Amino acid sequence: METDAVFFTDHSGRITSNPLLDQLPSYQSLLYRRKSSVSGPKRRSSSRGRLGSSSSGKWNMSTFTRPFEKQKSQVTEQQPIRELAKPMAEKRRDKTQRLEEAQELTNWRQWRQSSHRYLRRLRDDAQEWLSSMKLWRGDIHLIEGMFGTGILSYFSFLRFLVVLNLIIFLIKFSFVMLPIIIAPYASGNITYNLNDAGVCSVYPSSARRGLVIFHEHITDLLSGGGFLEQTYLFYGYYKVDKIHFTNVTYNLALAYLLSTIAYLFLSLIWIVKRSARGFKRNLVQDEDRFQSFCNKIFAGWDFCITNENAARLKRSSLLYELKTDLEEERIKQKIADRTRKEKCRIYLIRLILNLFVIGVLAACFYSIYVATIFSQEAQMTKIKVNFIVDLIYEYLPSIVITLANFITPLLFSVIINYEDYSPAFEIRFTLMRCVFMRLTSIGVLLFSLWSQITNCEEEPCICGYNHLLYSCWETRVGQEMYKLTIFDFITIVAVTIFVEFPRKLIVKHCDCGLAKWWGQQEFAIPQNVLEIVYGQTICWIGTFYCPMLPAICTIKYFFIFYIKKVSLINNCRPATRPFRASSSNFFFLGVLLIGLALACLPVTVSVAQINCSHACGPFVNFNTSWEVLPTTVSQLPSGAQTLLFALSSEAFAVSFFVVTCLAMFYVIALAGAHKRVINQLRDQLAMEGRDKRFLIQKLCQAQRLSPVRSPVSKSKPRSPSYHTSFSSNFSEGVFLAHSPPDSSTHV
Amino acid sequence: MGNKQTTFTDEQLEAFQDCTFFTRKEILRLHSRYRELAPHLVPLDYTNNPDIRVPLALIVTMPELKENPFRDRIVETFSEDGQGNLSFNDFVDMFSALCETSPRELKTIYAFKIYDFNRDNFICKDDLQQTLTLLTKGELTEDEVLLVCDKALEEADLDGDSKLSFSDFQNMISKAPDFLRSSTSCYHGNSLAHN
Repeated sequence: METDAVFFTDHSGRITSNPLLDQLPSYQSLLYRRKSSVSGPKRRSSSRGRLGSSSSGKWNMSTFTRPFEKQKSQVTEQQPIRELAKPMAEKRRDKTQRLEEAQELTNWRQWRQSSHRYLRRLRDDAQEWLSSMKLWRGDIHLIEGMFGTGILSYFSFLRFLVVLNLIIFLIKFSFVMLPIIIAPYASGNITYNLNDAGVCSVYPSSARRGLVIFHEHITDLLSGGGFLEQTYLFYGYYKVDKIHFTNVTYNLALAYLLSTIAYLFLSLIWIVKRSARGFKRNLVQDEDRFQSFCNKIFAGWDFCITNENAARLKRSSLLYELKTDLEEERIKQKIADRTRKEKCRIYLIRLILNLFVIGVLAACFYSIYVATIFSQEAQMTKIKVNFIVDLIYEYLPSIVITLANFITPLLFSVIINYEDYSPAFEIRFTLMRCVFMRLTSIGVLLFSLWSQITNCEEEPCICGYNHLLYSCWETRVGQEMYKLTIFDFITIVAVTIFVEFPRKLIVKHCDCGLAKWWGQQEFAIPQNVLEIVYGQTICWIGTFYCPMLPAICTIKYFFIFYIKKVSLINNCRPATRPFRASSSNFFFLGVLLIGLALACLPVTVSVAQINCSHACGPFVNFNTSWEVLPTTVSQLPSGAQTLLFALSSEAFAVSFFVVTCLAMFYVIALAGAHKRVINQLRDQLAMEGRDKRFLIQKLCQAQRLSPVRSPVSKSKPRSPSYHTSFSSNFSEGVFLAHSPPDSSTHV
Repeated sequence: MGNKQTTFTDEQLEAFQDCTFFTRKEILRLHSRYRELAPHLVPLDYTNNPDIRVPLALIVTMPELKENPFRDRIVETFSEDGQGNLSFNDFVDMFSALCETSPRELKTIYAFKIYDFNRDNFICKDDLQQTLTLLTKGELTEDEVLLVCDKALEEADLDGDSKLSFSDFQNMISKAPDFLRSSTSCYHGNSLAHN
């Protein structure tokens, strides 16, 4: 192409340039540091725009419009000095200039500026103080320095869950337990739920009588039965109906229900808020022009790494990522080249393997169902075989779930190899399957429990549930959740102590084939995240039946942090398959949201559908737990009643839905319009670039032809030091450099 | 720390606070780190703005920079003479630009300067190759390096001149999700304990 002819390097191969280019506004905006500030006129942007935005052209305008700018700067907001890309001396000079200007302002403006500065400094100090208060700040910094940002996100996720659980516990405690506890001291009169002496309200005590053997205490502690059953731990203990204080009556049943809704809502809002940042980034990533190579080259190195080992590992992981990307490109090419016959074969294989996966999942779910039923029946029969066997029967569902969750990921990762997807998709798909497996297993457990509870000898059940076996079914469900939590914790501790540490010892000291094949432990982030999301889902479901479960989970995650940290530092090396930090945050919170959605389902069903037990709990006088709300509403003054009825009526719901739909359509249309504009601007930019090159070419030709030596070359006021971006070191050619012509212009 | 220190006058500290993202305490800590690098060269008393520069070879021994493949380029970019000799002003500037609170735009500008090896205001293919070689310490083959650079240019070059101007770079960085986090140097007040 003709344009290429202009661009060639000089003889030494170094890049020379046209001094005219120096004066282009876009170049000026990126001037390097100068010792002598030739840039006497102010070079800050006088507009509200940030640096480097399209207003970069305005930079040099200031040289010509100095008096005008002075006026303007008094009116518009100035960018803070520290955000300018200038050397310190210049910034100081700017600052004194601004101060001088400030003197000329009116008193009001002066006061406003100084108060702004003071407030900004105050805010900075407050932020610094707040961040120093963050839990485990030092530990997380250490982990970040040693293992990079991927694993850091796991630990900060763990910290988030600790805080979340603590807040949930505080909500439950202050609204449900605290009134009961302080009632005697605040002269409150507690009215308990009346036993209407019907057959449904028989609640046999499960406390052990007579001589209690020591190991039975341990069984009780681990299974939540026995002496633990009639404590604040479980739903059944809260038989309080109302508490009458001197001025006000506290409706505990209502508080119980509302606090449940409150903590679910709070979790939702907090997670969505936290994931908003990651979501925006993920949207950007899914654009078709996403740049994976650029991102790795320019944003790949973690500047936080200070440890030599970590640096070496980061380098190798970057290398691995780049090689994987190149491999992906190759595979994409291969996929595009597939023939029809091959495609049919691949689809057939995929169908068969997916059916196989579904079969495996169905088998796992069925085994969980069977195990739950067996465990429940074993607990019902009072025949005690043996301490250990009893414990196993109690924990059978948990054991089966854990086994299933251990085997299926291995199976999935083997199967996916035969399905011939691209590597990135493989990882994501396997992960999705594992998430599905983990969270649905809880659902299956609850379903099997529910089927047991509502399974009476004569249909339909008299009390709505099986009152013979489950006089207080919520407590039983609470106990199952409690057992799941405890077993989860025990599993994590046991795996760390009995698998990870020995593995490290073997690999370190033994030189046999086993050690080489097994290799050193890797900190597999996705599996670990799934583990704690699983625990958190159980916590959300279980809090309704076991109000102290969040406190137990807080303590559990607290210890898990330290266990994982110790294990990480001593046993692990970073994963060879690096997990990108930015999208991983979004992934964690996305899975957590799925867990929350899954947790809301059983809670909603049991609150609204299943008859609450008549023998225990705060909802004895109602049919379902939800009924307390309409009952309370009917006791409110009529004004509030009409308002609430209006809010819950169909008319309101439908119109709200319609308005939301309209808003969504509007936003989607806006996004589409923006995308179109962006594409147009991109094309325009390419065209402008070509225009510029064309003009420069013409200019160079004209310069070459002109016999007079260009005066521009003489009037260079730059000091012969490094930072004058171009030239003085180089020969003053009028040629522009360019990379070899074959890689140049697209059409 | 407050009024007892004699390293800087109050006006100097205020000026530093306005011109960087550090608080008073952090600036004093920075000064002690700076001094640690060359105790015989750097005076304790900076009230009269001595013109001292610590050479490149000493600065890159700092733990925050030691493992960074671009350490030489970073220090050169922030130095006034272009050779990597930093005065205290430059030193503070460097860490201020790299710290957590500095905005994305500022980091983008400095990142562009860092990656522009031949200082021609463009990141051309040669610059890209040098960046990649430093990053991977020469572990990729020649072909792979060329391929990666081609792909990167393809992704980011908007105006079609086969090199990245600042606006190309800026546009690309705005879409790079890891940039802000990875270009933050976790500067610690005291010397880090080495693990």
